[in-house]
Amino acid sequence: MFLINCPFCGEREQSEFKAGGEAHIVRPKQPTELSDDEWAEYLFMRKNIKGIQYERWNHIHGCRKWFNIVRDTSNDEIKAVYKMGEKPPI
Amino acid sequence: MKKKLRVKRSKHIDETYKISFKFNGKLYYGFKGDTLASALLANDIHLVGRSFKYHRPRGIMTAGSEEPNAIVQLHNNSAWTEPNVRATEVEIYEGLEASSQNCWPSVNFDVGGINNFLSPLLPAGFYYKTFMWPASFWKKYEYFIRKSAGLGKSPTKADPDIYEHRYIHCDVLVIGAGISGIISAKTAAKNGFKTLLVDEKPYLGGSTIYQNSEYFKINNQNSGSWLEKEINEIKKIENLEIKTRTSVAAYHGYNYLLARENLTDHLPIERRKNKTRHKLLKIRAKKVVTATGSIERPLIFDNNDRPGILLSSAIKKYADLFGVACGEKNILFTNNDSAYETAISLIQKGINVGAIVDNREKVDSKLIYEVEKNNVKIFKGHTIVNTYGYKRINKISIMQLSKDGQNVIGSKIDLSCDCLGISGGWTPAVHLFTQSGGKLKFRDEDQVFIPNIYPSDQISVGACNGDLTLDSILVNVPKSLKDFLNIKNNVYENFDVLSSHNNFKRNIWLLPSNKVLGKTKSFVDYQNDATAKDIKLALREGFKSIEHVKRYTTTGMGTDQGKLGNMHALGIISETSEAKMGELGTTTFRPPYTPLTFGTIVGRNVGEYFDAYRKTPIHEWHVKNRAKFENVGQWKRAWYYPKNNENMFQAVQRESKAARESAGILDASTLGKIDIQGTDASEFLNRVYTNAWSKLQIGKCRYGLMLNEDGMVYDDGVTTRLGENHYLMTTTTGGAANVLGKLEDYLQTEWPELDVYLTSVTDHLATISVCGPNSKKIISEIFPSLDLSDKNFPHMSFKKTKIGKIHCRIMRISFTGEQSYEINVQANFGKSVWEKCMEVGKNYNITPYGTETMHLLRAEKGFIIVGQDTDATMTPIDLQMDWIVSKKKYDFIGKRSLYRSDTIREDRKQLVGLLTDNPNEILEEGSQIVSDINKSPIEMLGHVTSSYFSPNLKKSIALGVVKGGKNMLGQKLIIPMENKKINVTVTDPVFLDKENKRLNA
Ligand SMILES: [Zn+2]
Repeated sequence: MFLINCPFCGEREQSEFKAGGEAHIVRPKQPTELSDDEWAEYLFMRKNIKGIQYERWNHIHGCRKWFNIVRDTSNDEIKAVYKMGEKPPI
Repeated sequence: MKKKLRVKRSKHIDETYKISFKFNGKLYYGFKGDTLASALLANDIHLVGRSFKYHRPRGIMTAGSEEPNAIVQLHNNSAWTEPNVRATEVEIYEGLEASSQNCWPSVNFDVGGINNFLSPLLPAGFYYKTFMWPASFWKKYEYFIRKSAGLGKSPTKADPDIYEHRYIHCDVLVIGAGISGIISAKTAAKNGFKTLLVDEKPYLGGSTIYQNSEYFKINNQNSGSWLEKEINEIKKIENLEIKTRTSVAAYHGYNYLLARENLTDHLPIERRKNKTRHKLLKIRAKKVVTATGSIERPLIFDNNDRPGILLSSAIKKYADLFGVACGEKNILFTNNDSAYETAISLIQKGINVGAIVDNREKVDSKLIYEVEKNNVKIFKGHTIVNTYGYKRINKISIMQLSKDGQNVIGSKIDLSCDCLGISGGWTPAVHLFTQSGGKLKFRDEDQVFIPNIYPSDQISVGACNGDLTLDSILVNVPKSLKDFLNIKNNVYENFDVLSSHNNFKRNIWLLPSNKVLGKTKSFVDYQNDATAKDIKLALREGFKSIEHVKRYTTTGMGTDQGKLGNMHALGIISETSEAKMGELGTTTFRPPYTPLTFGTIVGRNVGEYFDAYRKTPIHEWHVKNRAKFENVGQWKRAWYYPKNNENMFQAVQRESKAARESAGILDASTLGKIDIQGTDASEFLNRVYTNAWSKLQIGKCRYGLMLNEDGMVYDDGVTTRLGENHYLMTTTTGGAANVLGKLEDYLQTEWPELDVYLTSVTDHLATISVCGPNSKKIISEIFPSLDLSDKNFPHMSFKKTKIGKIHCRIMRISFTGEQSYEINVQANFGKSVWEKCMEVGKNYNITPYGTETMHLLRAEKGFIIVGQDTDATMTPIDLQMDWIVSKKKYDFIGKRSLYRSDTIREDRKQLVGLLTDNPNEILEEGSQIVSDINKSPIEMLGHVTSSYFSPNLKKSIALGVVKGGKNMLGQKLIIPMENKKINVTVTDPVFLDKENKRLNA
């Protein structure tokens, strides 16, 4: 079970958090302008990398804030934690 | 003649404390300190079980948690019964009852033993191939196979014991209290680390603690006495917590470990009352030192599984620690020096050692010279080719090995014995290390896997790290601790060590035989009866990956996870397929290391604590008025209120009628309520609901439908505009938490520029819904100053008012199609306001109704319930709710998905009404809907989602989803049931009051 360093609360057990899938997928500003394929790309396509992955997490049983982490999925090492809207540090 | 097998006093055994216990119904005696296995051996009992597949007689094989054979059931047929317990780990207590489990009718006469003679029919892949047997053949044997196979009986009574969970945080966790663990714990604790030391056994010191040999010394004392002093010393260290009988079950990432602390299993049952049996320790350690030691390997030769064949190290332990001789005529068979340590121990205690068979030709070893001095015959360069004795070994045959070790030569020599110790060298216990994600490397010189890459802040020390001799442990452990803990001074300096082991081992994975392989039974996995022949067969049949061979032969898939034989399986695969050991990989060891009982995992979360449940502020009233409850999420909701001897159907019919004819009252407090404030609140609602919100006036309510981005209906509810920048949203009971989470997600991540704040107020407010033609009269009596005229207080609007000092929000909204008012008050006033409604409503026969009647009433009106009439595949268009989807709004969540090629298909499942030809026939919810019953395969058009008998319409009504249903009005369809088919007609989903006249009646 991971220890996750919530940017607002500090280090907490993974059981306090909820994973929210791949990070940095921006909701299109003008969905109506998109073709079916383009909309499907946003809606359905997600990466599943062995290695460095950018993920959204929510401190659901804590401050309820969303934030991003950089995780190496091959060994679960969390390389960095950063707030929503911030650029990934690595 | 009774054998004298209790040989010499051992400090561990209290011979003044006699304990009686039963094994297979017969009474025996042992002493305090005995395990079930040691006590049985002292009573000359080796045969304790039958093997899983061939039902061969099996005996105690080891003296620890790695035991594959001596698996017993404790206290059969009682609430305390427990299957799959290793006799080698059970500490005996007065009144202990154990029985063999994998045998029927008894361990001495076992029907399944016939499988042994049928074994050519039961090759590798037996369980897979079984399904290819002719069906008639299978049926015949099924009864017996079921009865005689299986691993123990699961308890049928409730578990009487108490279990707990405990969190532990420490700087350093040391797993294993053998010599390496003791050194590690002392080093860590003395350097100021908050340290926890755990060991699965009831005593500390591992296998060194009973080492009493002149050939193994530390600082001039024999190693056992040296360690005893160390143990006495560390017990005084304050920042060191020591837990025995504590087995680490799982090693997860980020140094999170689960361990089971066993507190009462060694006590007589009457002394366990009101005590916690097991504690599941959830340990988060900054650093972990694994010192789990090593497990002796067996040797693989023909008939290597008879009762009376034990690991050589187990024979030594039984003699040294328990003072028990496993036999009167012992022979040892080895490929390394360890068996000579056993021989020396036995000789010291006056236990006969008949001979030692050593597969090595020439070895220069002090231990061998010592054994030879005692006139023990040593057969060097020999191997065992067969053993004899059905229920107990009585003879072995040995032959000389060829130079390359691939064949046997010369003639057979027979040696008689009643016990055989085997030693194939040692396997580092790397199970926990690999569980943690660690990567192993193969050490060629002695054919062992040792830790290589650590995935977290941890280290393996001692035998589990490949330091298999006393001198290497004492040199390497302090050194690696110094680096690992980053300390300046070692607690231990410059040991003076005497270690007389010669490390040379002659490793032959499968020993040659004078028979062809097909005729031998050389067991690799004892518990699952996998032989060398099976593994070779699997390779011949094309299996290459170790994981596939494992599953096909079931090697390593028993409750012991193949702790003894996995290495040999790998070795045989490697030799046969000519692949290098290091490149084959190993199978994965899964948690738990030894089995855990469910109680330990569940802890205190049993009975009423199994899951938290939520009660509304009015709950006690419902209980008092004999409501039946239904679980909705974690809520307990009043389901219906039976009167006299009514059943559910009768109660619901009565409640439904009353609500439409006069007045009904519903506790709707469980509805999710979210308080929304902020200058962008209206814009926010515009984006999350399908309809438009900007123009909703203050004091008005509106129904909204919420979609996922994929266009599917997610939740619904009425939202009220309380003020310019203030809304109260309601959600479905089950969806409340998810809706709040989803809205927060959008606010925080997609639209952080919006000025909106969300607060869950579900628990803050009690919600009472009064409906029916007389509801207006009741409300006006409760709130005399309120103008309830349709002009002042129309449908879909809201008023603030008071009862005495209690603030109330009243919404005129309806989920039943009747005129209806929802009173929201602060939760703690909920019950008294409800009682007020009941009191005032008495004159109007106000009838409390539950969720079932609520569902019926809304179905009459064709209102959907999200999650019942919808699943995650229904769009608003599919629900015939096009009216609620704004065409003007540029965007809202899910909008773009409503015109994807898939969502605009005409033949999607769509919500329709269904009427049965026979108005008294009530459909079963979930039934399939078809049109052509003769077609094969029958095409499933959809299913029934809601179905009731409507007392107000006096006929059965149903909602369902049907492919292309929108265009099927009036069409006949069929609901096929088990023994009949029901004819239905597709209708509009609104059955009652299509013009909504009743809302304003
Ligand atoms: Zn937080």
